[in-house]
Amino acid sequence: MISRVSVLIKKDILLELRQQHTFYGILLYIASTIFVLYLSLPESPEANVWNSLFWVIQLFVCVNAVAKSFLQESRGRMLYFYTITSPVEYILAKLFYNIILMLIMSMVSLLLFYIFLDNPVTEGLTFTGIVLLGGTSISLVFTLMSAIAAKAQQNAALIAILGFPVILPQLLLLMRLSKAAFAEVFREGAVLQLAGLIGLMDFLVIILAVILFPYLWKD
Amino acid sequence: MQKKWWKILSFLLLTYTIIGGFLLDVPHLSILNETIRNLYFHVCMWFGMMILFIISFVYSIKYLRSFNYKNDIYAKNFAAVGALFGILGYATGTVWASYTWVTDQGQSLGSILKEPKLIGAAIALLIYAAYFVLRGSFTDIDKRARISAVYNIFAFAMLFPSIWIIPRLVGSLHPGAPGSDSGNPALNFNDIDSRLRMVFYPAIIGWTLLGVWITTLKIRLELLRDKTLIHE
Repeated sequence: MISRVSVLIKKDILLELRQQHTFYGILLYIASTIFVLYLSLPESPEANVWNSLFWVIQLFVCVNAVAKSFLQESRGRMLYFYTITSPVEYILAKLFYNIILMLIMSMVSLLLFYIFLDNPVTEGLTFTGIVLLGGTSISLVFTLMSAIAAKAQQNAALIAILGFPVILPQLLLLMRLSKAAFAEVFREGAVLQLAGLIGLMDFLVIILAVILFPYLWKD
Repeated sequence: MQKKWWKILSFLLLTYTIIGGFLLDVPHLSILNETIRNLYFHVCMWFGMMILFIISFVYSIKYLRSFNYKNDIYAKNFAAVGALFGILGYATGTVWASYTWVTDQGQSLGSILKEPKLIGAAIALLIYAAYFVLRGSFTDIDKRARISAVYNIFAFAMLFPSIWIIPRLVGSLHPGAPGSDSGNPALNFNDIDSRLRMVFYPAIIGWTLLGVWITTLKIRLELLRDKTLIHE
């Protein structure tokens, strides 16, 4: 099963490499959004605002990056996958592929934030870790939302409507957790507790995706 | 009219709640004073909402197990009435907040809106609003039932952490927050005065039964309308 999942992930990466315009499209989306932020802010934002802006941008980047993962699959191609693979393998491959994609995008946007909007982060490594964790969480939820929205024959707007309330709790936890990297002192163990909670919720999303995706898949 | 007894029970309990809730003796605490009577209405709305959402969740699971269209109608209507209870919970909460948090504690609107429990409830209502938007975007009823059941189950499972865990982690104006000595009056038997308990528990049952009653009426109407679609 692992080998088949990895083949499916490789297929997605190969598709990405062949159709590079979508990949560069998202990169351009990140760059232009952050550039607009840079121009619209009179001066570098203070740490809390910086943090909020960063996570909101992450959210929108993810909607755009992950949205196409199911919308791009044509009906015929889905039928083909239906005959050669099982839904569980298929969704696992999609989830992991989107995590990889989102982690790359997260790093790019973090870098651009550092360049354009200054760097209020005192604990760079901790923050990078939190960003990776956050990217994983957001991409997991939106992958499943994208699968649902694709069935509704709708555009990316539906993904946002469905996903935002679901991701909100995790996003609030992430924003709270990020403050650990802005020199805010937490009580001992609280950082690990929060990170563990977010990790547990990620795990929950994966389990739910594996259980529920077979029902989305049948048509 | 089948199963009449619980409808009568609901009526009796709610009559008792309203009469007893306004006339029986209540403990007088500073700030809260007589507003504690709102406990019988405000908190019961949230209990009712959670219970109705749980029922909706169970019917969504039942739908995915059997693909019986009836279960989809059940899930949809329980979610709708649950959302109505949520809105009523907000409405009763604003009354309570205006007499305690605003007038006595001088909290600003901003700090009240950032309340973790308000956020949790807002997330719940947004999720069910999204659920109805999703339902509205399908024309094929079988597909609609299946996909919305998947969303209902997923969203509900994600809702629990937000409503039940987060308010316990961060500071809150509501009782039950960490660092306050008020305990958790909604769920812990020892944290609530026995005079309140006399009305509070019957009130929860009464309001929830009323919610179920409203839902069954809606369901029966819809079952009659869609009679031709349901194959037993």
